[in-house]
Amino acid sequence: MISQGARPGLLRPGVTHVERRAPVMQRNVIGLPPKGTTILKLSNVSKNFGAVSALSDIELEVKAGEVVALVGDNGAGKSTLIKVLAGVHRPSSGRIEFCGQEVSLDSPSRALELGIATVFQDLALCENLDVVANLFLGHEISPWNLDEVAMEVRAWTLLRELAARIPSVREPIASLSGGQRQTVAIARSLLLDPKIIMLDEPTAALGVAQTAEVLNLIERVRERGLGVIIISHNMEDVRAVADRIVVLRLGKNNGVFSPDASSHELVAAITGATENAVSRRIGRKSGEQAATGGSHA
Amino acid sequence: MSTDMSPNSKPTSLALDRSDERVSHADGIGGTIRAFISRVRSGDLGMLPVAIGLIVISTVFSILNPIFLAPNNLVNLLFDCATVGIISLGIVCVLILGEIDLSVGSMSGLASAIIGVLWVNFGISLPLAIGAALVTGAAVGALYAMLYNRLGMPSFVATLAGLLALLGMQLYILGPTGSINLPYASPLVRFGQILVMPDWLSYLLALVPGAVLIAAGLVIRKRRQAVNLSSQPLSSLVVKAAVLTLVLEAAVYYLNMGRGVPWMFGLFVALVVILNYALTKTQWGRSMFAVGGNREAARRSGINVRRIYMSAFMLCSTLAALGGTLSAARLASSSQQAGTGDVNLNAIAAAVIGGTSLFGGRGSAYSALLGIIVIQAISNGLTLLNLSSSLRYMITGAVLAIAVIVDSLARRSRVSHGRA
Repeated sequence: MISQGARPGLLRPGVTHVERRAPVMQRNVIGLPPKGTTILKLSNVSKNFGAVSALSDIELEVKAGEVVALVGDNGAGKSTLIKVLAGVHRPSSGRIEFCGQEVSLDSPSRALELGIATVFQDLALCENLDVVANLFLGHEISPWNLDEVAMEVRAWTLLRELAARIPSVREPIASLSGGQRQTVAIARSLLLDPKIIMLDEPTAALGVAQTAEVLNLIERVRERGLGVIIISHNMEDVRAVADRIVVLRLGKNNGVFSPDASSHELVAAITGATENAVSRRIGRKSGEQAATGGSHA
Repeated sequence: MSTDMSPNSKPTSLALDRSDERVSHADGIGGTIRAFISRVRSGDLGMLPVAIGLIVISTVFSILNPIFLAPNNLVNLLFDCATVGIISLGIVCVLILGEIDLSVGSMSGLASAIIGVLWVNFGISLPLAIGAALVTGAAVGALYAMLYNRLGMPSFVATLAGLLALLGMQLYILGPTGSINLPYASPLVRFGQILVMPDWLSYLLALVPGAVLIAAGLVIRKRRQAVNLSSQPLSSLVVKAAVLTLVLEAAVYYLNMGRGVPWMFGLFVALVVILNYALTKTQWGRSMFAVGGNREAARRSGINVRRIYMSAFMLCSTLAALGGTLSAARLASSSQQAGTGDVNLNAIAAAVIGGTSLFGGRGSAYSALLGIIVIQAISNGLTLLNLSSSLRYMITGAVLAIAVIVDSLARRSRVSHGRA
């Protein structure tokens, strides 16, 4: 068990003291709740956009040190749910408990204050600013006389922990590749020592090696005792890291699965029928194979 | 994930930010020049359009009329620069957000009318009258921001409506007489027309930028070296400071051959320096650029976007009111013509020519200073040639169009070179 008093850095104890020097890190020294306790609990959360109900009566629970995967088809409400938790959208009704207390997430800054960090699908980076400015946006060290040196050092340390290959932190984001931008967005979410981190399609833009790095990173975050919510369409990635798989369908809960649930079960829950496009395709393929096998025999 | 990359476990001679061999770094003076050329090629023009513009303007006008470059004419030029320059400084703030304020001219006219009516007609003390003008400016800016934040009214339309409404208010409070003369002996008019710095003070102040550059550069250098980051080479720091000091001292020497450096221009430069600090060194400034670059991203990082809009619009209108006050002082009158005509467009053109983008997210306080010198040089030169205002308007319009074209082309080039 990792001692909660001196929380280790993401990777190596060698770099932790460098991080601790930065004043920005002192805002959240209360420490994480012990593993296994519930950090976030949603009950009956609904969100309507006009006549469309994007989410209805969603139940979700995230414990410390747990990776919850949120899967569902397009339009199932995954991104809406993430945006509700990030304070971007306000829920129409329902109850959100954070660390046992009911909270209202009415603005992104409120969610960040509580310790809910988000990596959005569109990354939400400012292309005209450099990497350092983006990492510290809204949380600059010494607001009246920006401490560029301290921020740059912290940026380099953080990016190295993530084994990020960023050529220069003083280049504007516009000059970085998709994968590099993804890394910057993830690094930014970890900067404020969150209790829970939400990743919306974190591997969609990434290559094979970078995907593996992100999955490693998610596991390290879990070991530190953070709660993780991950959205992905990639069932392989989901099963590799998730402790629980929550399926959404048309804005409603449609079952909770363990990572060793069969792919058939998951697809059935996502599409809402045992008879679906995927199963029909598999059936047709196996039928064709049987037919061609028979004719050659 | 390799473990031998830690700067602590394996101290290397390589600086923390120089360990990636894919990035070329400019070292020494030659490197600085090469980096500058490649920046310009990729569309990051910086001060280049201003430098070229000034050289062209001064060559053409001094050939047509040698008085143009006479010290006293340049002193006059600086007096004129200060008034519209301060208005342009406010425009820089709203342009960084990707918004615009088209009513700064009317706002400055209203401010000058308020000064005239309160101070001369009602006999209220001068500081109070100036205070009232500035508060009116702040209130108008707050109104624009509220229309934008709460009702989603585009700033273009809100301020266009403001242009008319404020002009109407200016005519209303001036009443049927239409023009109020300000007393010539008053400190305000003397400040706007006569007061110049003593020679020794202007030489001393011209030393300050270079000294600050060296001092700040050395402090940052030491701190960066202490944490194993690459730092600016000492040689380029010294060269920069030396060139800057030489240029400034030469300029001050030349102006002192005439009447000297106007205090009003000194006030303008002081405001530019303060705004530059606020934009580059504070959280507020960082947030301004973030909101201008990607409003939604800024909001999601926890920046109070509405408050940023509020601050920018209020600052813009307040600076416009201050500019109006100074132009009343410059003309020694509050008239119906104050703030009309080309004031609006000159203020906006100055910011754009100086390098602040109309598309938001890019700009600097110095663009107001450099841009207004270009604009006023043109206007001053045309006046010296005794050209009618019809020609002057056409030429100023063409200059504005060229400035915007340069901005658009540079932006396109920046996008294709990945510099946003």
